[in-house]
Amino acid sequence: MDQKERQIVVTLICSVITIGLYVLYVYQKQVAGNSAILDDFRFWGKSFLWLIPVAIVAQIVIHIIYAIINRIITNEDIPIVDDERDRIIELKSIRVSHWIFTSGFICAMGVLAFGAKPSAMFLILFSSGFGASIISELIKLYYYRRGV
Amino acid sequence: MNKCLISNNIRRLRFMSNEMTQQELADRTGVTRQTIVAIENGKYSPTLELAFRIAHVFRLPLNEVFSYDVDNDPVLKKKK
Repeated sequence: MDQKERQIVVTLICSVITIGLYVLYVYQKQVAGNSAILDDFRFWGKSFLWLIPVAIVAQIVIHIIYAIINRIITNEDIPIVDDERDRIIELKSIRVSHWIFTSGFICAMGVLAFGAKPSAMFLILFSSGFGASIISELIKLYYYRRGV
Repeated sequence: MNKCLISNNIRRLRFMSNEMTQQELADRTGVTRQTIVAIENGKYSPTLELAFRIAHVFRLPLNEVFSYDVDNDPVLKKKK
């Protein structure tokens, strides 16, 4: 497994842990015993807005820790600059994640159109965003391993 | 599919150039070592720009570094 592949695995694990812990935290803090809050737009707005900095900070911290551990173990620096191959793989993965999120968005609007609660729409939006980011990383891993 | 049709002599040329390392070639062509590894293993077909840069490092014309298996190209076969 080369540097890029290891970085993708770290990103994947970090995403799953961060989102998992965040969802658990929000659920225990606000949703448990008060399920009516799920239909409150302010709750969803705040949850989504807080998730962005939390995820960014978690990714930065985990990647710094990874870079330090990697330097100690392999004595190799992590390539900072992306080259043409990285950019092609990035574009391919963005294309797939875009389609996944767009499909999720259409589904979310669909459930609203069929009279479902707003919470269903937000849950689908959140799931498709999370799924898109995970699948995007998996696609990158696939292309790095199999070749472009 | 096309990537299987492009082959290269980079490994041999590196060896003949005072055993140039993959990292050295990567630094001189402005890509990462992983990209050079992928090209050598036939897992990535470089852009024309990078292909020319690699050929320039070895001071050889492009067709002496990269070769294309025209006979097995499905598009060209179809048009015959």
